[in-house]
Amino acid sequence: MTGTERHTTFSAWVFLSPALLLIAVFFFLPVLAALLLSFTDFDIYALGDLDRLRFIGFNNYLQLLQSPLFWTALGNTFYFVIVGGPLSVAVSLGAALLVNSHRVRFPGLFRTAFFLPVVTTLVAVAVVWRYLYHPRYGMLNYGLSWVGVEPIDWLGDPDWAMPAIILMAVWKNFGFNMIIFIAGLQNIPTQLYEAARIDGAGAWAQFRYITLPMLGPTFLFVALMTMIGYFQVFAEPYVMTQGGPTHRTLSIVLLMYEEGFRWWNIGYASAAAFVLFALILAGTLLQLKLRRSASP
Amino acid sequence: MNYRYTIMMLSLPRLLSIIFIAVWLAGCDSAADRPVVVEFWAMGQEGEQVQALLPEFERRYPGIRVRAQQIPWSAAHEKLLTAYAGDAMPDVFQLGNTWIPEFVALRAVAPLDERLKGWPAAALTDYFPGIFATNRLEGQTWALPWYVDTRLFFYRSDLLAAVGFTEPPATWDDWLQAMARLKTLDGAERYAILLPINEWQLPVILALQRGATLLRDRHQYGDFQHPRFREAFLFYLSLFEQELAPPVGNTQIANLYQEFASGYFAVYISGPWNIGEFGRRLPAALQPHWMTAPLPGLADSSFHRQEKGRIGVSLAGGASLALSRTSPRQEAAWKLLEYLAQPEQQAQFYQLTGDLPARQSAWNDSALASNRHAQAFRQQLQQVQPTPPIPEWERIASRIAHYAELAVRQQLSVDEALAALDRDVDRILEKRRWLLARESMP
Repeated sequence: MTGTERHTTFSAWVFLSPALLLIAVFFFLPVLAALLLSFTDFDIYALGDLDRLRFIGFNNYLQLLQSPLFWTALGNTFYFVIVGGPLSVAVSLGAALLVNSHRVRFPGLFRTAFFLPVVTTLVAVAVVWRYLYHPRYGMLNYGLSWVGVEPIDWLGDPDWAMPAIILMAVWKNFGFNMIIFIAGLQNIPTQLYEAARIDGAGAWAQFRYITLPMLGPTFLFVALMTMIGYFQVFAEPYVMTQGGPTHRTLSIVLLMYEEGFRWWNIGYASAAAFVLFALILAGTLLQLKLRRSASP
Repeated sequence: MNYRYTIMMLSLPRLLSIIFIAVWLAGCDSAADRPVVVEFWAMGQEGEQVQALLPEFERRYPGIRVRAQQIPWSAAHEKLLTAYAGDAMPDVFQLGNTWIPEFVALRAVAPLDERLKGWPAAALTDYFPGIFATNRLEGQTWALPWYVDTRLFFYRSDLLAAVGFTEPPATWDDWLQAMARLKTLDGAERYAILLPINEWQLPVILALQRGATLLRDRHQYGDFQHPRFREAFLFYLSLFEQELAPPVGNTQIANLYQEFASGYFAVYISGPWNIGEFGRRLPAALQPHWMTAPLPGLADSSFHRQEKGRIGVSLAGGASLALSRTSPRQEAAWKLLEYLAQPEQQAQFYQLTGDLPARQSAWNDSALASNRHAQAFRQQLQQVQPTPPIPEWERIASRIAHYAELAVRQQLSVDEALAALDRDVDRILEKRRWLLARESMP
């Protein structure tokens, strides 16, 4: 290393140090502390007197795996991710195609209208949706009664509560991905479509052979962000159902919150957090791998 | 005084705050006329209304200033725990009385027995005994009851009269009969009673009426498969099986008051906060037609337990005031506690909030004595029992609610639900068993 290089490296460290320090203190340190806590039975007793803390190795993780509640929460979270995720991406793409289409007038108006739910407070939205979902006075059941559908107890029926939450979450979130898809769509050179039209490709063929492949990177980004976000679903069930009925809308993060901040089982809750981290990491790696094998 | 030693004993945040305050005070007047500031946290409505009582206190004790902070109920428990963890506890704070065991286990509250020796004996017996019991633990008093609540019947007297009951039924059998008739009153879709299926209170009340202890062996294990609990649980489930109660949770009732007014249900089991709410929210025409009544005792066929009067037990609820164990201003803080415990202040507080006083002599105040909906509470409060006094109770209660809901929805049989409940509760109490075993070792 020459003198100048050493000098440059030193300056780089000096300039980076405030940011690194912040990340270390406010990110890595808490994560490390949480990891340590996940190997203890830190709870209300230990908070009062550290002498009552036990290091219990992987016991929290074992208990988690043996707890039916954890598996319920895991199942619910996967339900939400597997049904809600693709649905949300599909609706976003559909909305983006519509808004981006040349036949639509006032695209700016629609873009704003579709994006509005994203910036609305979730709690306010949830209160309104709870009225929409009301089994006896709700607008949704009223509308369905016109087509002869029996009233559905959306949030009270164990089988319908999760679909109801997914429906609201998709409505609330699709606007964000839509904007990203619109950006992706506008990056596709128009010559490609012109050339395809000259070759006689119809609308479907254009979509299948130009739009979809050209949107590849956007798709990956949107799918990853949606999956990561949906794995962490918390606020929707927290506000709408509190995890009920009979824990059918309890998600992993909600379980973690209940254990950690309601019952103060910090050790156990930390273990749940790391299991969720492992799941999200695995999901991300899987998607990246699929993506890589799809595009040579 | 050894100042260096004192400083070493302080935690860093407290040291910093002391330095900050010292610097700040340097700009203020001389130290001699500086009052002691007592930090006081109270929740929700109480936190707001108690401010009205403080000027009189500060007039009586010119050397003390009270800084009252209002904490929303939904965040109160977390905020108190975080304050404890962060060594930032207020000097005086309100505690839901089911939280007391938790804060005692945390060693966050100061014992009061030594201070209570200065009180006349009559003052302590003036508290409703079942309520005062929730403040005592390990042979020590940890907090003073501030206001009380319990649960009993709110009912539509006009609908009950329509099915032939001009007086409230006095036994569960009569209530069941009345409810069965209410159910078939006319063609409309209606139920007799609303029991939100995700609440644990009624199953627990019924079990306490049957004489179940809920936990066994010094609260170390669940005792929910005990015949007494099982019998109470079956009675609870039968209310849903006979379709007297709709199988809905409390998040599903969009507007309780509207439904009560429309006659969707005629009976509701609730607490004193609803006296005010029913008064405000029910239409004026309905105001003469709702009433409160104490819970009847569960007539006991198999155990032949002697009933005390005809009133059955209910839960000893409410809130208490406690002193922080680490507070350096305990003397001044105790003065505030004593002041708020006086019958006159209790009566005043009732007028401000509608919260029922913990001291029976405050009930003779004309405003409370003339409230016809409150009288049933006075009777009921003579018959209240605390839930098991352990920090894990709220968690156990949520498991009871969960398995009761599964049983109501018939997703689990009674035996399966109670066995699963015992299993869950045994796991929750594992740490407690370890602690007790460790303490009993030499």
